[in-house]
Amino acid sequence: MDYEPVIGLEIHVQIKTRTKMFTAAPYAYGAAPNTLTDAVVLGLPGTLPVLNHTAIEKCAQLGLMLQCEIAEVCKWDRKNYFYPDSPKNYQLTQNEQPLCIGGKVEIELPGPSRNVEGEHRWVTLNRIHLEEDPGKLTHESFETVIDFNRAGVPLAEIVTEPDLYSSTEAVSFLNALRQLIVYAGISDCDMEKGQMRCDANVSLRPKGTDTLGTRTEMKNLNSISNVRAAIEYEIRRQTEILEDGGSILQETRRWDAAKSESFSLRSKEEAHDYRYFPDPDLMPVLFPRERVTELGAELPERPLDRQRRYQKDFELPYTLTSVLCPERELCEFFEAALLEHSAPKAIANYIANDLLRELAEASEHGQSALSISQCPLTPAHIASLVRVIDEGVISKQIGKEVFSEMFRTGNMPEVIIEEKGLKQSNDSGEIEALCQAAIAGNAKAVAQYKEGNAKALNALKGPVMKATKGKANPAMLDQVLRKLIDEG
Amino acid sequence: MSDLHFKTIAELAAALEAGDTTSVMITQAVINRTAAVEDKVKAFLSSDAEDALAQARVADERRTAGQSLGPLDGIPIGIKDTLAVAGQPLRCASKMLENYVSPFDATCIAKLREAGAIIYGRLNMDEFAMGSSTENSAYQTTANPWDLETIPGGSSGGSAAALAAGQAIATIGTDTGGSIRQPAALCGVVGMKPTYGLVSRYGLVAFASSLDQVGPFSRTVEDAALLLQAMLGKDPLDSTSIAPQGETDYATALREKKGPWKLGVPKEFFGEGIDPEVKAQIEKAIDWYKAQGSEIIEISLPHSDLSVPVYYIVATAEASSNLARFDGVRYGHRSPEANDALSLFTKTRGEGFGDEVKRRIILGTYVLSSGYYDAYYLRAQKVRTLIRRDFEDAFEKVDAILTPTSPTPAFRRGERSDDPLSMYLSDVYTISVNLAGLPAISVPAGFTESGLPIGLQVIGPAFGEADMFAVAQAFEQDHEYYKATPTL
Repeated sequence: MDYEPVIGLEIHVQIKTRTKMFTAAPYAYGAAPNTLTDAVVLGLPGTLPVLNHTAIEKCAQLGLMLQCEIAEVCKWDRKNYFYPDSPKNYQLTQNEQPLCIGGKVEIELPGPSRNVEGEHRWVTLNRIHLEEDPGKLTHESFETVIDFNRAGVPLAEIVTEPDLYSSTEAVSFLNALRQLIVYAGISDCDMEKGQMRCDANVSLRPKGTDTLGTRTEMKNLNSISNVRAAIEYEIRRQTEILEDGGSILQETRRWDAAKSESFSLRSKEEAHDYRYFPDPDLMPVLFPRERVTELGAELPERPLDRQRRYQKDFELPYTLTSVLCPERELCEFFEAALLEHSAPKAIANYIANDLLRELAEASEHGQSALSISQCPLTPAHIASLVRVIDEGVISKQIGKEVFSEMFRTGNMPEVIIEEKGLKQSNDSGEIEALCQAAIAGNAKAVAQYKEGNAKALNALKGPVMKATKGKANPAMLDQVLRKLIDEG
Repeated sequence: MSDLHFKTIAELAAALEAGDTTSVMITQAVINRTAAVEDKVKAFLSSDAEDALAQARVADERRTAGQSLGPLDGIPIGIKDTLAVAGQPLRCASKMLENYVSPFDATCIAKLREAGAIIYGRLNMDEFAMGSSTENSAYQTTANPWDLETIPGGSSGGSAAALAAGQAIATIGTDTGGSIRQPAALCGVVGMKPTYGLVSRYGLVAFASSLDQVGPFSRTVEDAALLLQAMLGKDPLDSTSIAPQGETDYATALREKKGPWKLGVPKEFFGEGIDPEVKAQIEKAIDWYKAQGSEIIEISLPHSDLSVPVYYIVATAEASSNLARFDGVRYGHRSPEANDALSLFTKTRGEGFGDEVKRRIILGTYVLSSGYYDAYYLRAQKVRTLIRRDFEDAFEKVDAILTPTSPTPAFRRGERSDDPLSMYLSDVYTISVNLAGLPAISVPAGFTESGLPIGLQVIGPAFGEADMFAVAQAFEQDHEYYKATPTL
């Protein structure tokens, strides 16, 4: 029998806030252990939680970005379980009333090749709720140490419907989700830093049926490649069991990335009874609709909407939009440059190719990954460069040189052209004299051209360009050569 | 002035103002009295005489410099062991917190300090405020100063006994189901529970978050008013605290509010289980109000009989979660026998908690368990709403409600220790007030034939403290039971 996998994901995302979810203790990644705590974080006797409204608003913005409905009331529940990383042995979460309800995410599946756009589809979400992160346990040889720095950091848990049907779809979804979240400035979603973590629910069903099979939940997937590997492993594992006539046990499993296999953590019978109840320390808070509207107005255009707009309005090819649109900074840079000089294709090309290449090279030379906001170029640089090319001040060829110089010095193109004397030569007299010399010096090329080999003309252009240091107006040069040979 | 330790705050404030005494003299008097009688009463778990005298010297210097902070400036106030005082033990009379010292002041303590009060000693209580006799303390049994063979009530038994014995000028306690009012009644002093939210709970070690309130013990109603107005106010550290509504200078308001009033007497509070002497004494008090021109209206609080079961579901549910943080990981008792995470939890908690605390944690865990939540916790919350409505209906007709505070006077030590249910019924008249979040005060209303105090409870509508105080004070000033002191 052929089986179809059905996958649902639960993604935890740390919301970028200055302070923690329920107290003014600060949060930063990589601080010395247990230095970012206070009495509330540690759950000292007598302490009480106080809401961080920024975290709530950012979570609502996440919901709006993912097209959720935002709850009218923000409520909190206690999830009770004992674990050494949990300072209160209960976690404040939103069980009964998530802050964001429903939602959907548009994803692009991989195309036949990197340069060809893939199929799009929508993945439906169940909910997004807020909760507090626990601390972090590190198991050493004979003891376990706890770092409570992370404890109390606001976490958004995004729960999809079982609406993904392959590991590839799951990966496409995670990439789309990450773009949306980073775009909206809600989190940096760095999986290595634990800012984004994923659990996957996987079940199989006979192809063509629509009831869900028994699922397993896979925990501890902290990279996109782990997500793919763990889902594929689980699909294989379940397929083998079903093909052997066995049945799937509902259980929680843990992915071991080092061994590339998962092992059972607990069965359904051993599942925790979390004894949820409304937190009596935090009163339900109304979320005014006007505020939701304001928060929505602050959000950027979604990446795939932007991609469609660029393709339609600017006629940019997928090869460019697929580079620009996933990065909000690139798009904003592009749009700012357009305001200075309206040449979308040329500007997009400079950003997607030359600028990104220079940034990558600069990063390789020791400087840690440079982003566009750190580079010496502004949108005005690119816009000016394209303008001087369009105005015939320099050739495209020279443009490449100017670009490198611009990136190195931060000088505007006009300054570089002036300093280096790169201005294109439009002196038809000079060009004509040089052309005549070239024709006289290469009878073979002239003959080939006359026989219909247009490329032979290049052999004649070379010496002219050399003599003018590349500044001869290429169009004029071409025209003059043809005219002289035809007339001669 | 003689017998400084039996004076009221108002009397001492006047004497301090007139230069007839000093804070050091008052504090020394209290310390001396404690040295003389503490062997018999055992109200204090610890006290730091030097620290108290140091605070008193500062208060005297302030006064000499003409910078008195008001009527509480220089007055020694005893503190229940469940309220955090920076640098002082915070044990909640439990082995679990045997060596724990709080790093911060509770908000109510900080406010008392701002008013100049001398923060003095740690007063005994039932472990984690669970009990009605103070016999559940893990450290010692406190005696009722009126009869050392009887209990002082609880859970704030140390606060009530210390005040009655002249070991403090006033004390602070907490009231979850009657833990201030019942011991006040049994020890012949004034004890008051404010409207829920009026005093911050920050720094109060939570027993049942939706019921807990901090409140004063004092010799007179006026003193209670002075203490409450110093402690109340919206606290940014407690989301359930509320900005007070209406008059909050209660002490000043008392001088104008003289009645007559419409006073409700709930028929349900005089039925089965009430001691005949208590009943007779409270009926005499009601007759007095009538004779003074107040209108006595028989009212009904039809769901009163459900208040004890509802309380023991709601309070234990919250407690089971609130007390989960005591696990030996970060502070407090840690079992030396533990060898893994699970045994760290089970052994630490098994050793650290006393029987009553364990009983309530188990009960609370049960009522929150999946499958029982709806039948117990959710149902109890619905009945709680009905109980609140009973009071709201009553306060449509009356200004205040008069009831006995406790169905019986102080009972003998050990008498109810083996019968938790009979112990729970000690709070049958006080519990519904916590469930409804209302203010109530117990004032001395005479003695039994054997010389044990009886308390009259005056219940007010939410934020109706000003009138509640006035009703209580009218009776107090005409009877002056507070002038009697126990012979020790």
